[in-house]
Amino acid sequence: MDAQRLRRRERFWTLTSLAHVFPFVGIAALLMYVQPLAVALAAICVAHAWIIPALYAQRGGNVVRPKSRAPEDAERVSVGLLGDLVGHDARELHARTGLVLERGSLGVWLVGTAGALLVRPGGRRVDCWCVRVDDSELPSGDRIAHLLLALRADEQGFATVANLAFSGACRRVRRRLLPAQRPALDQASKCARRIFGQKAKTQAAAAGTMPA
Amino acid sequence: MDRTGHTTLAEWTSGDSEAVERAVQAFREQLDLGYYGMVSTGEGHAEQVRELPPDAELVIMRLPISGG
Repeated sequence: MDAQRLRRRERFWTLTSLAHVFPFVGIAALLMYVQPLAVALAAICVAHAWIIPALYAQRGGNVVRPKSRAPEDAERVSVGLLGDLVGHDARELHARTGLVLERGSLGVWLVGTAGALLVRPGGRRVDCWCVRVDDSELPSGDRIAHLLLALRADEQGFATVANLAFSGACRRVRRRLLPAQRPALDQASKCARRIFGQKAKTQAAAAGTMPA
Repeated sequence: MDRTGHTTLAEWTSGDSEAVERAVQAFREQLDLGYYGMVSTGEGHAEQVRELPPDAELVIMRLPISGG
């Protein structure tokens, strides 16, 4: 899954969402035009147009929902090992939100126990990936560490193995995260905006220095 | 990494050939169980290894991942 293929999947996801929404909105508008007394039926159509993308966004938010915890000793040991793998800021963010922030070439990742969010450069779009280790009894820190090491070793392979559960605006997923997890998405968005800003500046500088 | 948080399988120094041999043996046993050997290669980077690198500071064994 390279950046180009990921962009194609994101566009396809947007088109699919529109294909879910527009027919219902169209039918609602047609009903109101043909028979204004059918307002209740039109309202049901509009509700469908709203609820289908909302359910997809909920599915996206669910990928980083915390899973059941192992015994406290194992949790403490696993979080200690995870702490050795990441820097101070990521460690502190994990303690607050349960998610580990990791910069990659496709964007900024937030890795949870059974899934990951990828905030794309620019910080507006997020891709939600279902991915896990095949041992449900591992403590949460270890589950994250397994995913983190796989991500660091091969980011594109990681995105190929994982299942895309949702792709869309950050704000839509943010509303559906647990309140404690929202600061992690805010920080990842900020980080992705900064990376995108730096890249744009670098490209502009390179274009400016190129001979005519 | 396992259900206890993590377990130290072997400790070695590159000058101690017996300890290296024991570590290689433990490493291969983990590979046979389906684990992958991972070595950190700088901030945000890791590499999968198929042979134990005796000069590595830390080798972590991880399980394969799959789509949920």
